[in-house]
Amino acid sequence: MTVLVIILSFTAVLALVLILGNLIAKGASSIDWAFFTKSPVPAGQSGGGVANAIAGTVIVVGLAALIGVPIGVGAGMYLAEYGAGRLGFLVRFVADVLNGTPSIVIGIVGWTFIVKPSGHFSALAGSVALAILMIPMLARTTEEMVRLVPHSLREAALALGYPRWRTSLKIVARTALGGIVTGCLVGIARVAGETAPLLFTALGNLNFTLSVGQPMQTLSLQIYVYATGPFDEWHRLAWASALVLMGLVLVISLAARWVTRQRYGSVR
Amino acid sequence: MVASANTRLRLEVSHLTALFGQQRAVRDVSLLFPAHTVTAIIGPSGCGKSTLLRCLNRMHELTPGATVSGEVLLDNVNIYAPDVNPVELRRRIGMVFQRPTPFPTMSIYDNVAAGLKVNGRRPRAEIDDAVERALRQAALWDEVNDRLRTSALALSGGQQQRLCIARAVAPEPEILLLDEPTASLDPAGTQRIEELCHELKRLYTIVIVTHNMQQAARVSDYTAFMYLGSLIEVGITNEVFTKPKVEQTEAYITGRFG
Repeated sequence: MTVLVIILSFTAVLALVLILGNLIAKGASSIDWAFFTKSPVPAGQSGGGVANAIAGTVIVVGLAALIGVPIGVGAGMYLAEYGAGRLGFLVRFVADVLNGTPSIVIGIVGWTFIVKPSGHFSALAGSVALAILMIPMLARTTEEMVRLVPHSLREAALALGYPRWRTSLKIVARTALGGIVTGCLVGIARVAGETAPLLFTALGNLNFTLSVGQPMQTLSLQIYVYATGPFDEWHRLAWASALVLMGLVLVISLAARWVTRQRYGSVR
Repeated sequence: MVASANTRLRLEVSHLTALFGQQRAVRDVSLLFPAHTVTAIIGPSGCGKSTLLRCLNRMHELTPGATVSGEVLLDNVNIYAPDVNPVELRRRIGMVFQRPTPFPTMSIYDNVAAGLKVNGRRPRAEIDDAVERALRQAALWDEVNDRLRTSALALSGGQQQRLCIARAVAPEPEILLLDEPTASLDPAGTQRIEELCHELKRLYTIVIVTHNMQQAARVSDYTAFMYLGSLIEVGITNEVFTKPKVEQTEAYITGRFG
């Protein structure tokens, strides 16, 4: 039994090691200064970088977090503190269904409601799609984190003459803050690697742009285009982009870990 | 009824019944808590003593399905009257729970100041004074005055409970409700809290729920014995323990049941 468990866990770790090893082996050599600072060059030429995609990823994901975090965390707070009734049940059910919705469907939603009415692809549409993807995740993790706060703390605050809303905000939310921030970071890391919702929304862009009203490149879209393209140079850049994206997600995950440790470290 | 004529009346419970759904946890209890006395409520587990206590600051009604009938008069005003705001009422009645409940994200200072700040903005110096006074009343000042800004969670269990007492008395409530405050403490911590009861009754009217009869005998002026939700007997502590009037009380005190 023990041997079986060891073999299985080793297999799980092996997958990660293989992916990371492969990425480093094929991508690391292509990463240089130009890779981070230059935009792509026309097909067939060598050189160029993915500066547009890196900036695009930060903007699209950042904007998605700006939209998704307040809504997701707010919904989670509602579910945990006031969600005992029928509306709470409904919200929870919808969040669970949304959580299981394929991300490409979310992309089509973004296309239908933003790209089509506005007449053009845009980073904003991509951000909205990613935010929709993020909201149910954040709502459920926030709810769970808030529920972990002992009931006795709530009672202590109420017995001191705290109104209910202030108890929720000042005592309960603050106590759960570490967990909520961790949940947000995990959610952001999760959507940072999404491609499908962006195909119909942010579309991709070979030029460097900071305008959220324009189509925008992201690392995931860049990888998709380069990896499916016919040129060796593109394949090389795709591997390198994948490595950078993986690194980005890893950094966010580590930040989540760090926040969690800060939180639970202080509680001894 | 146990109040002597010259004691100013503070808190009076009249025909109080508390329910959880259909289940009656407190049955038609009438009881008087004279000002500046310690009243102990004793009885076996599940006898309704904690529920009765939670009716005194309207915490009981926060449990879903919980309801109350009857009256609780604070200086002759029924706290269950429709025009009484329960949130404001709770600022006049401090409460300490079985287990210490320091707010984990707050420093020692902020914990004590928590109840003050919720009462509206006050000058900094005033809060400083109130925090020091409350910590002194809870006999904790000497142990923590050099680390007021550190986390309250670094304190020992007994210190945390005294911190909760300081937090409860900081807004200068009129009544102090203690719900088995020493249940999770060691003998030394218990002794400190009991000494505090003697100190604090000069300032507050104290109601203490306890399942420890020695504790009731040590700290209280009056003792009320409850069984199955009903008030069986109430009287001067010394008399209840030496010559109880009701057989059930005697049986409980002598350890024949409960």
